[in-house]
Amino acid sequence: MAALALQPDAGGLATIALSGRLDAYSVGPLWAQAHDALRAHPRSKLVVDCSRVDYCDGAGVALLVDMLRQARPADAAVEIRGLAGRFQKLLDQFDPKALAAAAPAAAPPAPLVARVGRAGARVLADLYALVAFLGEAAAALAYALRHPRGVRWRDALRIAEEAGVNALPIVALIGFLMGVILAFQSAIAMKPFGAELFVANLLSLALLRELGPLMTAILLAGRSGAAFAAEIGTMKVNQEVDALTTMGLDPVRFLVVTRVLAATAMIVPLVVFADLIGLLGGALVMLSFDIPLQAYYNQAVSYTRVADFLGGLAKSLVFGLLIAGVGCLRGLQTETGAAAVGISATSAVVSGIVLIVVVDGIFAVLFYYLDL
Amino acid sequence: MSDPIIRVENLRTGFGDLVLHDSVSFEVGRGEVFAILGGSGCGKTVLLKTMIGLYPPLAGRALIAGADIARADGAARLAILQRIGVMYQLGALFGSMTLAGNIRLPLEEYTALPDDAMDLVARMKLELVQLQGAGTLTPAEISGGMMKRAAIARAMALDPDIVFLDEPSGGLDPITSAELDQLILRLRASLGITFVVITHELASLFAIADRCIMLDRAAKGIIAEGKPAELRDHSPNPKVRQFFNRMAEPGAVAA
Repeated sequence: MAALALQPDAGGLATIALSGRLDAYSVGPLWAQAHDALRAHPRSKLVVDCSRVDYCDGAGVALLVDMLRQARPADAAVEIRGLAGRFQKLLDQFDPKALAAAAPAAAPPAPLVARVGRAGARVLADLYALVAFLGEAAAALAYALRHPRGVRWRDALRIAEEAGVNALPIVALIGFLMGVILAFQSAIAMKPFGAELFVANLLSLALLRELGPLMTAILLAGRSGAAFAAEIGTMKVNQEVDALTTMGLDPVRFLVVTRVLAATAMIVPLVVFADLIGLLGGALVMLSFDIPLQAYYNQAVSYTRVADFLGGLAKSLVFGLLIAGVGCLRGLQTETGAAAVGISATSAVVSGIVLIVVVDGIFAVLFYYLDL
Repeated sequence: MSDPIIRVENLRTGFGDLVLHDSVSFEVGRGEVFAILGGSGCGKTVLLKTMIGLYPPLAGRALIAGADIARADGAARLAILQRIGVMYQLGALFGSMTLAGNIRLPLEEYTALPDDAMDLVARMKLELVQLQGAGTLTPAEISGGMMKRAAIARAMALDPDIVFLDEPSGGLDPITSAELDQLILRLRASLGITFVVITHELASLFAIADRCIMLDRAAKGIIAEGKPAELRDHSPNPKVRQFFNRMAEPGAVAA
C-alpha cells in the first residue's frame, strides 16, 4: 500500500517521503495528506522523496503533478527526488505549470434576458420547422396520392402491423377498463333515481364521440409516435438519413409518408375496436345492475346517431396524421448521441398529446357550430 | 513464455451454430504489445469480445491473469474487469457526458480520489492523447479521430494492467497515428502495460507489435503466429505474406 510520511523541518527544508504502490486505488487518501503537508510548510523548500515508491501509474503521477503545480514562492519550491527513471519519464510528459491553470470552465450561464430571448427564438424556430415540415409532408403526401406506385407499400405494411395490429391488446385493455369504470361510476350515481338504463346513453355517446378516439390517439402517441421518433432519430445519428439524401431519396418521402399513411390508416380500425370493447365492458357492468344485454343495446342504438360515430372517426383520422407527423418530425430533428434519441422520443409523445388536445378542442367547437 | 498474463486455451467462438474460430490457443506475455490481425470479417472483434467476457465462449477458456472471466461473477468478475481497459472500435463514449466526465466515471465509481484530483487525472489522461483543453466538449462536438483518442484515454483511466484496443489507428491521420504508436510504446515501457491491439495498419503494426497472430475465416483459426517482420519475410503461408506485403488477391481486379 502507499504511504506518506512528513519528516521534520530541517533548516528551511522539509521532506515528504512517499512509499509503496501509488495507483488510482491507493492515492486517494494520500491526496489530502499531501495538501496538508504543503500548507504546513508555506515558506520552506519541500522535497518529495520518491526513492521508496515501487510503482507509480497515472494517478500517482497526478498526485506529484498536483504538488508541483501549487503556487508557491520561488524559494519554497517543491522538488521530486529519487523517482525511478521509468516513472520519471511519465512525469516528464506533463507541464505542471500548464496544468496549474484552472480547467477551462464551462461557459457561465447567460443573463436572464438572453435566456428568455433564446427560449423565445427556439419556440419560434420550432414553430417554423413545424410549418415547414407540414408543407413538406403535405407535398410529399399529395405526390404519393398522385403516384401511388412510388410509395413503399412494403414498408408501410410493416409499420401498419407494428402500429396497428400489435397495438390491439393494449387498446383492448384500456378500452375495456374505460367502459367498465365509466359504466360503474355513473350507474352508482344514477341508481338512486332508478335511471341505470340511461348509463347506456351516456356510455355510448361519450365513447363514440370523445373517449374512444382520444384514448386510442394517446396510446398511439405513446407507442408509435415515440417509436417513429426513436427509429428515425437513430437513423439520423447513424447517418442513415444522410445516406438517403445523398442517394437522392427525399427522407420525407421515404420515411415520413409511409409512417403517416400507415398510422392514419390504422387509427380508424383501432378506434372502432376501442369503441366496441368499451361498450362491451359497459354492458358487462350493466348486467350486474340487472340490465339485460338486449335493453342495453336497444337503448344505446336508439340514442346515438351515426353522425356521432362518424364524427369520432373523422377526428381520429386527424389525430393519426398529427401523431405520425410529429413523431417523424422529432425524429428528423434529432441531434447526435444516444441521449438525443431519448429527447426526441419524449418530445414526440409530449407534442403528440398536446396536438391531440388542441385538435380535440377545435373539433368540439366545430361540431357545436355545425350542430352535429 | 515465462510469464503469460493472458492465456487463451482451445477457445471456440461464435454464436449458436455459427462457429467463427474453432480452436484458438495463444498466450500474451506481461508487458507485450500483441496484435491480432486478419482480413475483414474474420472475427477479430468477436475474439476480443470473447476474451473480455462480453460473449460467452462456445468451448475452451480465456484466462486473464489466471482467472477465467467467462466463469467468474460478482466480486471476482469485477476484480478482473478492473485490470483491463477496453477501447471499442467506434469509441463508445457516453454521449450525455463531457470527455472529462467520461474519464471521470470509472474514477468516481472505483476510487477514493478527491474531486479536484479526479479532474486533474482526467486532464492528464486527455493530455496524454493530445486532447488538452477538450475536456468540456461532448462526444457530439468532436471529430472521429478525437473520439478514438478520448476512448483510449477512458480505457486507461484506472491505469489497467491490460489495455485492449480495437482498431485504434483506423480513421486517424498518419501523424496522430504515429503519435499513438509512441504513446503505446511509452506506456508499455514506463508502466509495463500489456496491449492487445486489433489493427489493419501495417505501418503501425511493424512499429509497435512484439508478436502477432493472424486469423483466417476459412481456416477458422490462427494461420500464423510470430514477430510481424519475420512473418512478412519468411512465412511459409502465401496468404500471410500477401497480407503483410499488402498485395491484392491475384486476378481479383482485372487490370
